[in-house]
Amino acid sequence: MIRNIGARVIDGVWRLGFASRFLFLLLRYSGQSFLRLHLTLREIYFSGVLSLLIILVSGLFVGLVLGLQGYETLQRYGSSEALGVLVALSLTRELGPVVAGLLFASRAGSAVTAEIGLMKTTEQLKAMDMMAVNPIARVAAPRFWGGVISMPLLAALFSAMGILGGWLIGVAFIGVDDGAFWSQMQAAVDIRYDIVNGVIKSFVFGVAVSLIAVFEGYDCEPTAEGVSRAITRTVVSSALAILALDFVLTSFMFRG
Amino acid sequence: MSRSTIDLWVGLFVLMGGAALLFLALKVGNLSAASFTESYTIEARFANIGGLKVRAPVKVAGVVVGRVADIRYDNERFEAVVSMAVESRYEFPRDTIGAILTSGLLGEQYVGLEPGGDERMLKAGDVLKITQSAVVLEKLIGQFLFNKAAEAPQP
Amino acid sequence: MAHREEKALVDLRQVHFAYGKREILSGIDLTVHRGQLVAIMGGSGCGKTTLLRLIGGQLKASAGSVTVDGQDMGQLGTEALYALRRRMGMLFQFGALFTDMSVFENVAFPLREHTDLPESMLRDLVLMKLQAVGLLGGHALMPSELSGGMARRVALARAIALDPMLIMYDEPFAGLDPISLGVVGQLIRRLNDALGAASIMVTHDVVESLSIVDYVYFVSDGRIVAKGTPDEIRESKDEFVHQFVHAEPDGPVPFHMKAAPIGELLMGEGGQ
Repeated sequence: MIRNIGARVIDGVWRLGFASRFLFLLLRYSGQSFLRLHLTLREIYFSGVLSLLIILVSGLFVGLVLGLQGYETLQRYGSSEALGVLVALSLTRELGPVVAGLLFASRAGSAVTAEIGLMKTTEQLKAMDMMAVNPIARVAAPRFWGGVISMPLLAALFSAMGILGGWLIGVAFIGVDDGAFWSQMQAAVDIRYDIVNGVIKSFVFGVAVSLIAVFEGYDCEPTAEGVSRAITRTVVSSALAILALDFVLTSFMFRG
Repeated sequence: MSRSTIDLWVGLFVLMGGAALLFLALKVGNLSAASFTESYTIEARFANIGGLKVRAPVKVAGVVVGRVADIRYDNERFEAVVSMAVESRYEFPRDTIGAILTSGLLGEQYVGLEPGGDERMLKAGDVLKITQSAVVLEKLIGQFLFNKAAEAPQP
Repeated sequence: MAHREEKALVDLRQVHFAYGKREILSGIDLTVHRGQLVAIMGGSGCGKTTLLRLIGGQLKASAGSVTVDGQDMGQLGTEALYALRRRMGMLFQFGALFTDMSVFENVAFPLREHTDLPESMLRDLVLMKLQAVGLLGGHALMPSELSGGMARRVALARAIALDPMLIMYDEPFAGLDPISLGVVGQLIRRLNDALGAASIMVTHDVVESLSIVDYVYFVSDGRIVAKGTPDEIRESKDEFVHQFVHAEPDGPVPFHMKAAPIGELLMGEGGQ
């Protein structure tokens, strides 16, 4: 039992070390992949554009729910005009980056892991290596950067969509004053403090999710079973990483 | 290399993302107000700042002209020192009075400035001469009760 | 084909290799000259594929030296290794085609990565390579639309895209029907002669291999147990070779993995 736990811990540390080395190599070979932009563009398409629908629809629904629930609570205290503030702050600071990150991990992250894992299983990575093409530069780096670039854009779209959803419920359906909705929001939301910090968060999540996805694919056991396990691990570790990082970042950013 | 539909989609995606960021910055965050405009710092000393927080608004005649940049405690004079970043386009006389006020009965606290009549204007780093501390509700209630009690025995 | 008295293209001397404590190869000597087509044969798990990985520089020998074109694979840095690999082609067991690219793009891949050829010239080159493996008509297909034999041929076209000096084949015949098997076999021979390259083939298909290769090494249990030209092999009196060539179930090929006698193991456990 104890030996089992010990082995797991050692395995975890070993993987962490390998992941760090992997990140180093990834960054080192990134220059090559930026020279050929079309590779990265392709990955932005696969991880960004193809996640667009789920991000927009979820953002809208989250905004609608926030609008409804927020109004319920606020109107008890007679301050339903603050609905805009509530919706905008919760989305830009927390829900936008976090929920978009979780969706991104399960939509794009898992796809990246599956793709790289499959390439490993069918020896495509080894073949590439034998053709004197570095698989980290050719396969991993573009996917990593595709994710890193897509993620903040997706989170911004999610937040924007959510605020529109909140406006739809609050102003168009319930009848909160339109002017108060926007002006209170504008008075309370600070660009540097709320919006830039939200973008920083989503960027950090993008780095974390992309690294996990690429690494798990690269590190997976080259069997069908190994690939499916790697996909599960990608989604689980991405979710944990996002939530843990969110806590750390929040405590740094929004103190006082 | 030929252009492909992927490029079009990626371009569209980046545009949409950019538009969303712009929307957040302009419509939600109101970029025009105070955030990235140039400012200068003035200081004020208060005996008690109540519940004032960093980034609380600095208002003159109800208009936000700046934000509280920093709050610290001066251990020699036993006072709170509040630094305020005020937008450069606003200037105030040197005998301006600083006060910590509350918006509404239970609202957030802010620094209210009341311009005086001096010819010379405040410069960066200047300290306000006259200040008025925050009204602490407990003290007020305590005082009120004390007065009541003092009045009571002589009807 | 006679041995020419020139420097060997591939030269393995006393090569040892182990995964952890498990020794895979112990003391392999192997030479391949230009123009030769050499087969390495042996049962499953005898270390044949490991041998190819060592020659390709994907693994490093624990002891001994692996020399390719005069360069010691164990001493090369990444850059030098990649420079050398540009002159090698390798056909993987199931082709390892890039599943997200068309047949054309697969063959064009090494050319795009390593040369700056204009698109029209690149196109001509790729089509020529596809013509050489008889799949010119399939250049627009995706790998998922190909049969096993066709995929193998496309992978072969990709492996020779840069006109390598050395081509390695990892089980080129695995899982092919007899017709595809013959086609692939003939291709391997023809391409080797046309390119003036050397080829190393890891296989356990005796009949097809003996009909096309120049020289055969038999590997068993990490050692070379027999070698010779196909004719020598067919005539061989060696027990192992005889068992292998004639596919006899019983013979010197050990059934058990190397281990201490089972009685000793059991006693050892009990005694402690």
